[in-house]
Amino acid sequence: MSADEAVGRLASGMTLGIGGWGSRRKPMALVRALLRTEITDLTVVSYGGPDVGMLAAAGRIRRLVAPFATLDSIPLEPHFRAARERGAFELTELDEAMFMWGLHAAANRLPFLPVRAALGSDVLRVNPQLRTVTSPYEDGEEFVAAPALRLDAALVHVNRADRLGNGQYLGPDPYFDDLFCEAADAAYLSCEQVVETAELTKDAAPQTLLVSRHSVTGVVEAPNGAHFTSCAPDHGRDEAFQKLYATTPWAEFAGRFLSGPGEHAYQSAVRAWHEEQK
Amino acid sequence: MTVLPSAAEGSAALPPVTRAEYCVVACAEAWRGDGEVLASPMGLIPSFGARLAKRTFAPDLLLTDGEAILVGLDGTVEGWLPYRRHLAMVTGGRRHVMMGASQIDRYGNQNISCIGSWERPSRQLLGVRGAPANTLNNPVSYWIPRHSPRVFVDRVDLVCGVGYDRAAGLGPQGARYHRLPRVVSNLGVFDFETPDRRMRLVSVHPGVDVAEVVAATGFDLVIGAQVPLTREPAADELRLIREVVDPQGLREREVPA
Repeated sequence: MSADEAVGRLASGMTLGIGGWGSRRKPMALVRALLRTEITDLTVVSYGGPDVGMLAAAGRIRRLVAPFATLDSIPLEPHFRAARERGAFELTELDEAMFMWGLHAAANRLPFLPVRAALGSDVLRVNPQLRTVTSPYEDGEEFVAAPALRLDAALVHVNRADRLGNGQYLGPDPYFDDLFCEAADAAYLSCEQVVETAELTKDAAPQTLLVSRHSVTGVVEAPNGAHFTSCAPDHGRDEAFQKLYATTPWAEFAGRFLSGPGEHAYQSAVRAWHEEQK
Repeated sequence: MTVLPSAAEGSAALPPVTRAEYCVVACAEAWRGDGEVLASPMGLIPSFGARLAKRTFAPDLLLTDGEAILVGLDGTVEGWLPYRRHLAMVTGGRRHVMMGASQIDRYGNQNISCIGSWERPSRQLLGVRGAPANTLNNPVSYWIPRHSPRVFVDRVDLVCGVGYDRAAGLGPQGARYHRLPRVVSNLGVFDFETPDRRMRLVSVHPGVDVAEVVAATGFDLVIGAQVPLTREPAADELRLIREVVDPQGLREREVPA
């Protein structure tokens, strides 16, 4: 399916998980498609990067569930910052490990998983809905019950996939994209390249097959679809363009790069900008 | 075995040790005696410190390439550590991280999330990241490149990393893996080896006055009658810092002379 068809299955008010980590292998083509719709009032669940920044800047987030938002080489995500400082959305601020166990809980149809985290910290103060659980064994230790992060839909981006939804990552880190898909009622997987199933393991080991078709609803071919975040080994992070994103007022950036009719227009606008820099 | 030049030869041949170089050595010392654990340095000078430690007195440390690969000092790949395994290494305890701190208090409570009220921060920073789990599961040291009363505060605005007072409140079970070995700033080295676990000034870097540290700290430090100087780098350590670990001199940008 196309990116526009994929986001056409989403609706305002949904809880949406977004894969990748920081400014790494983010499903940006799907996020850009989402920005072309009127969908809003989202609960976004993400190890946040520019996905969070853009959706926050565009006012599409009602609640963010995240342990951070960063652009990695630029530590502070500017639009996330600005949105937080003007009180633009509600925040469920979780520890990185709690977040991971929340995804595991959702993927395993459990209400929670115990985690040795957050006790003693203000994560409990700012999340009064969090509960603790006591070990039923001799040790009797108290843990935080990291609640399941069940998702209405997930968006992830990988290097390659077949038409059935078997997704392959070829970079160093799977991040948590398989968990996002398994924790979601529907998952939309974009990839650099759609290939025949047999192609997937012709030159790569089977353990690179991160996402299985049973957990994927739709596949979108989106070359350079993680741009400007990294998608090793297909492309690195476009640092120059990320810097432009981070230093340009949102309206100006969106006007130049995100107001076109589709992903093709975005990629053309990026190429034109790079040409100007030469 | 490296043949060390005599002190006279060393001082005649080499430019004087800079503040940044004392900081690299002080950070390296955080990992002394840790054995076969992952050193997770956040920031430039802690990274140089971890590499210096591994090259000298802590050869068993594990290091990453900054992403998901465990690498030796020459870049040889020796392991795979994606975030899911990295987070398991935290809870397994085989890791010693040196984090930054936008704010830290006398008991080592640390904030990297936001300044002002959490509901509507005046300055949004990173978010809590992994600090809450880190501090309850594996040793956490801190690196603060600009020591000031705005960082060393009476109370942090949001407790991300758990300090000793709050860890004590969790009881012996909850706090059994909690340990904050040291805090290194551009002015000195600190720890919590005091009866009530308040922050103590362990040493000042050469060229720093104790009074300067006191003035730059927003709470009362525990200070002994004699405050030693942070140790000098050995000649081979200084050579490694300058020629191998950081030949571009990036350390001098993080901590100017």
